[in-house]
Parts: sequence; structure tokens; C-alpha cells
Amino acid sequence: MLIIGEKLSIIAKRVREAMMKKDKGPIQEIATRQWKEGSGIIDANIGPAEDGGEELMQWMVTSIQEVVPLPVCLDTTNFKAIEAGLKVHNNQWGKPLVNSTSNDPERFPILELGAKYDCNVIGLTVGKGGLPADAEERAAIAAEIMGRAMEYGLSLDNLYLDPLVLQIATSQDHARHVIDAIKMFREMNDPPMKTVVGLSNISNGCPKTLRPILNKYFYIMLAEAGLTSAIADAHEMAEAEQEKALVTEVLAGRQIADAAKMAEISKTIDVIMGRTLYAHSYLEM
Amino acid sequence: MAYTAPKETYPGKVYSVTIGTGDRAATLGGENVLPFHSFEGETPNRPLVAFEIQDVPPADWPENIRKVFAGVSDDPVTWAKYCQNELKAKAIALRLVGTHPDRENRSAEDAAKTVRDVLAAINVPLIILGSNHAEKDSVILVAVAEAAKDKNCIIGKAQEANYKTIAAAAMANNHKLVAMSELDINLSKQLNILITQMGFEKERVITDPMCSALGYGLEYTYSVMERIRLAALTQNDQTMQQPLLADVGMYVWKVKETQASESDLPQWGSAEERGILWEAETATALMIAGAELLIMRHPKAAAAVESVIEELV
Repeated sequence: MLIIGEKLSIIAKRVREAMMKKDKGPIQEIATRQWKEGSGIIDANIGPAEDGGEELMQWMVTSIQEVVPLPVCLDTTNFKAIEAGLKVHNNQWGKPLVNSTSNDPERFPILELGAKYDCNVIGLTVGKGGLPADAEERAAIAAEIMGRAMEYGLSLDNLYLDPLVLQIATSQDHARHVIDAIKMFREMNDPPMKTVVGLSNISNGCPKTLRPILNKYFYIMLAEAGLTSAIADAHEMAEAEQEKALVTEVLAGRQIADAAKMAEISKTIDVIMGRTLYAHSYLEM
Repeated sequence: MAYTAPKETYPGKVYSVTIGTGDRAATLGGENVLPFHSFEGETPNRPLVAFEIQDVPPADWPENIRKVFAGVSDDPVTWAKYCQNELKAKAIALRLVGTHPDRENRSAEDAAKTVRDVLAAINVPLIILGSNHAEKDSVILVAVAEAAKDKNCIIGKAQEANYKTIAAAAMANNHKLVAMSELDINLSKQLNILITQMGFEKERVITDPMCSALGYGLEYTYSVMERIRLAALTQNDQTMQQPLLADVGMYVWKVKETQASESDLPQWGSAEERGILWEAETATALMIAGAELLIMRHPKAAAAVESVIEELV
């Protein structure tokens, strides 16, 4: 599993302030930590970055790659900022990843960039009109994006299909649709298509104590379904790898010795699979 | 071979909740099937229609509903008696809208007196509702719960912001409790969990997922109610097995279709008939979705709903 370290995001206050002040210290510290925790790519989420996006992305890419021998995921809706980032990216550490294209014609130029710079591109399975309702719609959109990629000269090997993880607190049914979509995406090509998720969005809006639990078990379930990469907290995912054996046991319908852990895992699986209705206190019931 | 109709059975069941005291006590819920699916299982109780009255004259109601209660609605006791004795109401919902700080801002003592007076005048079950001002309700509903001690009323509405005090008062005075959340099934479940975690029995809660009128988001309320009921029946979710409340009248009689006059919109036809139909349609839809308790205003709309119930049971 390839972990794309999620921590360098403009949503985080400390990162945002460092970006504004162009203070490399915190950026490099966080990038280094994520590398040591097992990230294989470092996400650089600069938001929409309408003003100064190009310069900011170049600064992010070079700051990160000064200290970490990894490729960067260029995460912004600003097309020019992505291209600027690609120009300075050091491909010695691997191909950059671009987040993202979709089935919205406005996002097709990203595929062109992907072909031009021979980089990896995330294809988010949404179209122009609203969110996909289920796994089948996600797969149908994925097929369109794959066709479009070939048309623009981007190898399918460079395309990472993203089924769009939604918040379990408000869109519970989508959790299992995402798992099913990962299975479907894999079958859409031989060799199987690469897949990616923005993992932590599953627990967005949930109480703080619940977030790592949902993130980790959802990750394990997605891994079982064949997920190949995740934009996630590398530290949390390392923990998930440790708990994988236990969760796999429960998923297979077997009991584990630790009763409290058994309850935590099985209740969380039930919520993810839509067998019990989500509420913030579901673990207490 | 003779045809046998397939039957859906479910592991879960809606709690039976009895309100009121004596001969006129009423019971809601108790079914183990989808609404009106009596051919598949038990449906021991009919949905209950409660007539809405207020602690202050209904000056803000549209003329077509106000005129029905002309002469009685100046006084909640007269109004309550009229609903019980003349309109044959099986339950009454007293909304203490006059306690709202932006309205008459009536005190807790005034509200408690109104409740005592109304209770003395009727023998059908009473539902006591605040003004939906979270802060003021937590004072008013505590006082009225005490004033109505042991009368087995429904007190409401408890929301996320004030459920602790209101649930405690309902518990101390042996009432049932309306738990209201705003059109979100997950928050509805969460509120029920929080209330029961205080020691309030889950079988004494009525769930209000928030009403909306036909044309103004009815489908959202419908969908949330339907999903709550499916969680109760198919998943045997004990936090979602409470009877459901549809607070219909208040939402219906403020929309354009019940307010607009015939002179403004002649193409819409009789304003009075339109209002009655709007309330009856909204209530019927929500009853089909799973509502067991309907709070309504117009006697003709209530009668129409009763005749639908009669046809369906």
C-alpha cells in the first residue's frame, strides 16, 4: 500500500501559516516526519490558491524535496500551479502525482498535463452533475475517465481511480459503495487499475476520539478490497497495519480474545457496512 | 395451487407508548411491520391525531384556520374543551407559543397555570409543547412538567441544546418526552442515545425528526421517517424504535398555499379548501412514512386523515 502523507494541507493552521510566511521549517519538519512514518509520497495541498498559486506550489515542492527523497502529490484546483509544480519537481525520487482530474470537462486539461510531463494523475469519479449515487455510477464514471485518459495520451498505468470517500456521519451508505467501487475499479483493466482514496474524509465531522478508529478500520477494509494507495495519516496507517490481523479475524466472522477490541471492531464494521445506523455514540451502544 | 401472498417479517418492533390517564388514555406504536401493513404482522394501535391549541390567541394563524376556532380560541381552556367535546379530539396538543421571548414572553408561572387549567378541563391526553426557543423552553417545560405531574403527558420538545433539563423534568414527573432533531437521521439517533444515557427510559421517548409541509421539504421528512422506521424494524435498532411525531399544523399553516387569498391567486381555487387539503395531504404522507402521532389544526383535515386511517386499518 502506498501512503500519500496528508499532513501538508492548507486546512491545518500551522501549515497554512507556514505557507503564508514561506517558512520552510514546519513544512520540512512535517514532510520528514511523514516520510519516516512510512509515506511514499508527500501531499502538498495548497487549496484553490488563486493568487500566487504557481509560486507557492513551486516553493512547496522544492521545500519538501530538499529534505525528503520522495515524489510530491500536487493537490490544488489551480491548473497553472500544478504545471508550475511539475516543472520544478525532482523526478529522481519518482513520478509526481496530480490531484486531480474527473469527468468534468473543465478538469480534462489535467490529463493533458499528465501526458506531457509523464506523471501520475488521480481520476476522481465525479462528473459535472452531482455526486455518484453508488458503486455502479462510480464505475461508469471511471470508465469514462479511462477512455478520456487514453484519448489524451495518458497511460492507464499512470491513472489512479478515486471513488470519492464521503463523511460517514452524513452519507453513511457511501462507505460501503466506496468499498464496492474499489473492487470494481480493479476489474476494469488488466493489470488491475490503481486506486486511491482520501481516507480521512470518512471520519470528518465525527468526534475526535472516533476518528482514528473509523480511519483505521475503513482503511483495512479498503485494503482487503484491493485498494493500492491512500491519502492518509501515515502514523495512523502504521497502527492500522498492526491491527490488521485482528480486524481480518472479525471480518471473517471469528471472535478475538480481547472483548473490548472485538466490540470496537465489530461495531465499526457494522457502521461502515451500513448494518447499523451511524450516531456519534455508536460505540457506546 | 392456491396463491399465498409473500409476507415480510422483521426482527424489530416499535415501542408501545401510552399517554394520558384513565378511560381516555391512548396508546401509540406497538407495530412490528411497516405502517398499515396489518396483513404482515401486528398493528395494535392506530395513529393518533391531536388537535393543536395555544396558550395565546392564534393571531398569527391564517384567517381560514383562525375562523374555525373563533369564539373559543381566546382562552385555552375553552378551546381545549371545544376540541374534546365538540370536535371529539382524542388528544390535545397545547403549544405554549406565548412564552417565546419575541412573543408575549409569558412566564413559567403563567404557563404552569395554563397547563393546570387545561388539564382540569379535559380528560383526553395532553401534549405540552414549548415555543421552540431552546433556552426559554428549558425553563418553561420544567415548570409545566411539574404542574402536570403524574398526568402522563408528552412534554417537548427536547433538542440537543436543552435536552438535559427537559428530560430530567419529564422523568421526575412521569411524562413522556419528544426528542427533536433537525432532519438528520444520525443526529436523531444520537439525541435518543444521549437522552437514554441520562437514565430516561427509551420506551418513553417520542421521536420528532422535524416536520415540513408539502412543497416545502416534505420529502426530506418523509425520507428520514421512513429510514428511521426501517432501522427500527429491519436492523432492530433499539435507539430508533420510538413512535414518530409529525407536527403538521404548525408547518402547513404558514406556507403560501394555505395563506394566499383567492383574490391574489384565483387560479388556485378556494383558499379554505386548499388549506384543508394541504394539511390533510401532508399528514397522510407522513403517516404513510411512519408517523404515529400527528398534531393538526383544521378539524376537516383531521377528519380526512381519520377517514384514511379507517380505510387503511
